[in-house]
Amino acid sequence: MQCQQCDKQAMFHITELETGDVRELHLCEDHARVYLNQAEADSQPEDSDDESGSIGVGQTAKELSEIDQKVCDMCGITFFEFRNQGRLGCPHDYVQFEEELEPLIANIHGDVKHTGCRPNRDKSAEDQSVLPESTEELTSVIGMRKEIREAVEGEDYEVAGKLRDDIKKILHQWQAEETKQ
Amino acid sequence: MKFEVLKSSVGEWLKGTGPESDIVMSSRVRLARNLAHYPFVGRASESERSEVEEFLRSRLSKTSVGSRLEYMNLGGLEDLDRQFLVERQLISREHADATGARGVAIDSAEQVSLMINEEDHLRIQCLHSGLDLQAVWDQIRSVDEEIEAVVPYAFHERWGYLTACPTNVGTGIRVSVMLHLPALVITRQIDKVFRSLHKISLAVRGLYGEGSQAFGDFYQISNQITLGRSESELINQVADVVPVLIDYERRAREFLLEETERNVHDQVSRAFGILRTAQTISAEETMQLLSRVRMGVLLGLVDDLHVSDVNKLLVRTQPAHLQKMKGIDLDTKDRNIERARFLRSYFESGSSGEN
Ligand SMILES: [Zn+2]
Ligand SMILES: [Zn+2]
Repeated sequence: MQCQQCDKQAMFHITELETGDVRELHLCEDHARVYLNQAEADSQPEDSDDESGSIGVGQTAKELSEIDQKVCDMCGITFFEFRNQGRLGCPHDYVQFEEELEPLIANIHGDVKHTGCRPNRDKSAEDQSVLPESTEELTSVIGMRKEIREAVEGEDYEVAGKLRDDIKKILHQWQAEETKQ
Repeated sequence: MKFEVLKSSVGEWLKGTGPESDIVMSSRVRLARNLAHYPFVGRASESERSEVEEFLRSRLSKTSVGSRLEYMNLGGLEDLDRQFLVERQLISREHADATGARGVAIDSAEQVSLMINEEDHLRIQCLHSGLDLQAVWDQIRSVDEEIEAVVPYAFHERWGYLTACPTNVGTGIRVSVMLHLPALVITRQIDKVFRSLHKISLAVRGLYGEGSQAFGDFYQISNQITLGRSESELINQVADVVPVLIDYERRAREFLLEETERNVHDQVSRAFGILRTAQTISAEETMQLLSRVRMGVLLGLVDDLHVSDVNKLLVRTQPAHLQKMKGIDLDTKDRNIERARFLRSYFESGSSGEN
C-alpha cells in the first residue's frame, strides 16, 4: 500500500476515531512521524494522557528502535529493513516478528486470525507427516542453507554434508525427481 | 509462436461478453502464494530465485492445469513483448519491469495466468469477461488445489497463507471487478461513489492514471482486507456492491439521455469524429474518446458500430499492441501517428476490423 502523502510504501496504518467517525490513514515513516507529532501537539493542551485521539503505532521511539534491531533467524532480515521496504524476508518472519506484526496486521485487516481456506490436508495426507499444522519445519530449511554456506566457508564439510542430508529428509516428498538439491 | 495467436484476439478482459458486459468489463481473482522453503522473492538471492522458478515450473508440469498452459520466461522476452502481456492484463507492470528469474504461464483462452517470482513466488490469476465472480472463484480454487497437492505453500495456523507483504496475508486473495463508468464521471458522481466504497474498505483505482483521473472511465473495485474473513465473504463483499454501481451507472446514463440528450449526443459524435479523422493521437486521448463512443454505442447514439469494435480498439491502440501489429518499434511521436492511421483505416473499412 502506498503512502497517502507521497509515493513511498505506507508503513503505518493508523485508525483515527473522531466523534463516531473512523478514518484510516496509511503513511510512510516520514509522514507518519509528522502526523503523529501533529496529533500529539494537538491533544496536549486538553489531555496529557496519550490515549486521547489516536490509536496508532502505540510505541515510543525507544521501543521502536529496539524492535528495529530484531533479526529473523532464517533469512536474516531485521525488523528495520522490513519497515523500510514494506516486504518481509521469509515465511518465518510471521513467527519471529509475531508480536511486532500483530498490531500492524490488526490495523490493516481489522483482524488477527485467518478463517479462510487451508491446504487440503485430507487429500494428500496418505501418511500423517505430509502436512504439519504450519509449514515452519519446511521453512527451517532456509536457515539450514545459510548454515551450510557458513560451514563450507569454515571448511567444515562434515557438518555441511549432514545439513544437506537433513534438508533432503525434510523436503523429500516435495522434491521433484529431476531437481537436484 | 504464441504471440501470433495472441495478436489476433483481444484477450479475455476486452471480449465484451458475459453478464452485465455493458458496464462490467471483467471479473478477476488473484491468489498470492509462496513456497515454504525459500525466502520471499525480494530477499532471495539470484540463484535462489532461479531455483524457485525451476522448482515451480517442474512441479506445475506435473499438474493437469500446468500442462495446458504455455510458459514464458519473462527475462528472455523483448521489452515490447512484456509490455504486450501487461496490456493484455496477463502480467503486472511490476512483473514486466522486474529483473531476475521470473516467468508466466498462460492458457490459450487467456483466463488463467500463473506469475512466477512476482512479489510472491506464485500469483495465480483468473479473469473472465463480464460479471462472473463465482465462476472465476470456482476455476481459481481448482487450479490452486491442484498446485497445492504438489507444492508446499507457506502456511501458518493463525496467519493463513504467508505473503511477502502483510497486506496480502491470510487468504492472499484479491477480488477485482473492472467497470466502465462514463456516465458517473460525466455527472460528477464518481467521487461520491468512491468515498462510500472506501468506507466499507473496498479499494478503487483507475485502470490507467491515478485515482479519479483515470483515463477512459475504467475503474477497478477490489477488496483491501485479506485476513479474518473467508474467501467467499471477501468475494461477496465485492459482488454485493457491483449491482449497486451498475444501477447507479444505468441511472446516470438514463439521466443523461433524458435531460441532456443533445449534449451527450454532441459529445459522443465529436469523440467519434476525432477518432475517425485525427492525424496524430495519444493513447490517453484515444482511451478517453473510445470511452465516450462506447457509451454512445450502448445508448444507441452511434450507428454502424458495435461495442465489440470499441473493445477491440481499446486494446489494439495501446502502445505495445500497435507496435506488434506494425512489426517495428516506434517512439511516442510515431506511435501517435500510427495510432491515428490505424483508427482512420479501421473506420473507413466499415469497421469490419480485420486489418
Ligand atoms: Zn509519505
Ligand atoms: Zn525471515
